[in-house]
Amino acid sequence: MSEVQALSNSYQNWYRFSRNPTAVIGLVIVVLCVLAAIFAPHITPYPDHVGAVVDFRNRHQPPSAAHWFGTDNVGRDIFTRVIFGFRVSLSLAFVVLIIAVPLGTLMGLLAGYFGGWTEIIIMRLTDVALALPPLIMALAVAAVLEPSLMNAMLAIASLWWTWHTRLIYSIVRQIRAQEYIEAAETLGASKVHILLREILPNCASAIAVKTSLDAGFVILIGASLSFLGLGIQPPTPDLGTMVATGASFLPDYWWESLLPGTAILFVALGFNLLGDGLRDLFDVEDVR
Amino acid sequence: MTALLSVQNLSVSFTTYGRTAEVLKAVSLDVPQGAQVALVGESGSGKSVTMKAIMGLLPQPPARIHAGKIMFDGRDLLTLPERERVALRGTAMSMVFQDPMSSLNPVWTIQDQLSTILKYADRRLGRDRDRKGRRARVLDVLTQVRMREPERVAASYPIILSGGMRQRVLIAMALLSEPRLLIADEPGTALDVTTQAQILKLLRDLVEAQGLALLMITHNLGVVRETSNTVYVMNKGEIVESGPTDRIFAAPQQQYTRDLIAAVPRLTGRVTT
Repeated sequence: MSEVQALSNSYQNWYRFSRNPTAVIGLVIVVLCVLAAIFAPHITPYPDHVGAVVDFRNRHQPPSAAHWFGTDNVGRDIFTRVIFGFRVSLSLAFVVLIIAVPLGTLMGLLAGYFGGWTEIIIMRLTDVALALPPLIMALAVAAVLEPSLMNAMLAIASLWWTWHTRLIYSIVRQIRAQEYIEAAETLGASKVHILLREILPNCASAIAVKTSLDAGFVILIGASLSFLGLGIQPPTPDLGTMVATGASFLPDYWWESLLPGTAILFVALGFNLLGDGLRDLFDVEDVR
Repeated sequence: MTALLSVQNLSVSFTTYGRTAEVLKAVSLDVPQGAQVALVGESGSGKSVTMKAIMGLLPQPPARIHAGKIMFDGRDLLTLPERERVALRGTAMSMVFQDPMSSLNPVWTIQDQLSTILKYADRRLGRDRDRKGRRARVLDVLTQVRMREPERVAASYPIILSGGMRQRVLIAMALLSEPRLLIADEPGTALDVTTQAQILKLLRDLVEAQGLALLMITHNLGVVRETSNTVYVMNKGEIVESGPTDRIFAAPQQQYTRDLIAAVPRLTGRVTT
């Protein structure tokens, strides 16, 4: 209880975070990608190249000052399309996680706290869902319905929550045994209070780490789907679709698939570094 | 004068895997208003089951209360509706928890936790107290447990407090809603001996100053001597002997009590093996 106390907790956390190079690099990458996606129309050199623009005189141009990432087979600026591609990737990750994380967390809390039949039903449901690879599920949904970004998101989200459920479940099982939970029950605190105010805050760090790591994975899966032609449909720029289209012009016009591919790597790497950094910061184990 | 808490002929059994074990056999004990009573026994003697039965924390099943009454303030807790039972816990009777490490939620400050408990207690008692009032009351109880810098402690997360400080917070927690009976389950067993001695002295002083009744549940005869004027000795689910603490220590009547006292390690003489 000396001078150290005078530093606020948030400052201490920030200090520890800022001493962790991987975390900071991850955060910078993620922030850059998000900003780029938001301000895409303002920062890209050829915003109109997002649509079905055709400029055959400039097709297959190598990277240059005018076209940083070169141009594609119909003469559109690849750099512009990559930046706009972030929009699709990030919104995919955002929508999937905004469905999967709260749902998974809620299910994990319920299963872990109540036990009994609640636990059996929820946890067996997750076992079933975990047996299905998300990519296969998305393929199946795309085959039954139509291939679109919306369907891909729903397919991934419908399986993704189970990972969070498993994680939260295991944490809740540990916290349940703590005396402060028993104390709260003794004092007649409501179930909602115990779940949301006593248990949930203890899961917050694990949720943050897991969500950050997940964002990277979801983006990769989204890119894989588009690569297979099952994600977002042209002409809307998407990183996976660009890799697929460019692949037919390899190796001569290497930039057309390699640079969008690198962009996927970049954003996924950013989220993974950030997640690892948060994990070190919070010192949580067993998340992945 | 009738006792504040009076357990009468309490019998409890546990049924697991189709077999039934009698855990409490007609246990009776009295805690008069303002008295300091200790319930002592070795592990498995039934003292914790007695405590849980009083607090209404026995999971039923597997536990079953066959017979007996638990009278608190003239009412039988066992026949009280669950709502009123819950309303008594943490208000008129409250508990000092045993483990200072796991009894505080690491994600809330001491102020947050104590205020929340107070809010719940107030709600059940129909008392009206605003945020500021709660804050003042929290600082008040922290001062009562002789915390040197109550405001700093209130703003702290449990992790930065020492074991002794956390145990004091737990005592403060029990005092929050001005209870009449404190039930202490081996407080300070997780602490080192000097700190534990301080905690026990604090507990005794508080109880005496505020005229509270104290039921101390322990296996430690040193704790008994330190904190009680009446003692009940428990063995295998029965009260084997009871009486004023001084008499029990000076002239134990039962062989079991004598064995228990003889088992306390002494610092005199040599260790022989």
